[in-house]
Amino acid sequence: MATEAGGEESGLVFHPMDQFIVSPLFGDGPVGMFTITNVTLWMALAILCVVGLMVLGTGGRSIVPSRIQSVAELAYGFIYKMVEDITGKDGVKYFPYIMTLFLFIVFANFLGLLPMAFTTTSHIAVTAVMALAVFLGVTILGFVKNGAAFLGLFWVSSAPLALRPILALIEVISYFVRPVSHSIRLAGNMMAGHAVIKVFAGFAAIAAISPLSVLAITAMYGLEVLVSFIQAYVFTILTCVYLKDALHPHH
Amino acid sequence: MATETTAAAGDGLATSPETAPGMPQLDFSTFGNQIFWLIVTLVVIYFVLSRVALPRIAAVLAERQGTITNDIAKAEDLKKQAAEAEQAYEKALADARVAAQKIAEQTREEIKGQVADAQAKADAEISAKTAESEKEIDAIRASAMENVEAVAKDTAAAVVAALGSSADQAEIDKAVDARMKG
Repeated sequence: MATEAGGEESGLVFHPMDQFIVSPLFGDGPVGMFTITNVTLWMALAILCVVGLMVLGTGGRSIVPSRIQSVAELAYGFIYKMVEDITGKDGVKYFPYIMTLFLFIVFANFLGLLPMAFTTTSHIAVTAVMALAVFLGVTILGFVKNGAAFLGLFWVSSAPLALRPILALIEVISYFVRPVSHSIRLAGNMMAGHAVIKVFAGFAAIAAISPLSVLAITAMYGLEVLVSFIQAYVFTILTCVYLKDALHPHH
Repeated sequence: MATETTAAAGDGLATSPETAPGMPQLDFSTFGNQIFWLIVTLVVIYFVLSRVALPRIAAVLAERQGTITNDIAKAEDLKKQAAEAEQAYEKALADARVAAQKIAEQTREEIKGQVADAQAKADAEISAKTAESEKEIDAIRASAMENVEAVAKDTAAAVVAALGSSADQAEIDKAVDARMKG
């Protein structure tokens, strides 16, 4: 991507989407299911970061924590409190799943902000799998925990009787739209930010605009740092909200 | 919809053969690969977290909570002890003050008695001395009177003799006595 911009100085060349191409790390063959690709590399780096923060960082087990340990404790407390506040005491046993999602998204987002990086969470395939996992898990959990009473989620008992069927229809539609919005929100945010940065970078080829372009990239980068964390937070908190609906389907 | 527009934009701007048509996100041939590696990643992170990291952090947090609770209880205890010590100190101070007052009162009384005694003694001494002195002064005065009388009589006799007339000594004495009384 970057090499091409250097090669063609004559005209503006935009390849904002090239950074999202999935390509094999070794060789040039087709991308099969088990091919080791840049996806593998950046997900592995995300795992390393999680291990580094949550396992190596807390190796001291000190009462007075080191810097990394206090960051790990902060992350733990942040998600634990979120799960407890939203889903209640009985939701706490799903805390490890939610923590897994949060840490993966946070590290994937921030690793994606490194120059030349590949952003795994900008792919709808990745976010859709996570969102569908949440959706299916929550729906199955709802039926297992509450039986048919789970359908009470769609029957708004506080509304007038005449309105209830209409509301139920709307509730059902919104329920099934959840995984779509849940996944596209994260992937869209990550993709858009990275593509915009790339477009600004393309303008940097023109000497007159390049200072402005660099400023714009800097500003967008700052915004993306915020977005990276906020989107991970939003994904996690929505997961908690959906989980709450499954555990307590009464409005 | 999004595919078409980006594909069109891609065609218009870039002619590089490497460029994927449209969004790489919608290239379904890579979905299997991404989903496979995502599931591997999530499973690994889940096991790392649930087996190692989360129990460890929970233990550390619980231990810290315990330490803090213990320390607070200890501090509470020490505070109570300090309050007791302060109370004892206050009490000792008050007792000491009362005792000191009593002692001061006693001493004052004693000293007052002594002073009164000494004053009485001194007064008696002074009045005795005064009486003695008065007696002496009286004696001196009496002898002085006598001397004055004698001198006056002698002088009168001398004066009379000097004037050339002779007078009886008894007469002169009588005249002098009369004069002195007058």
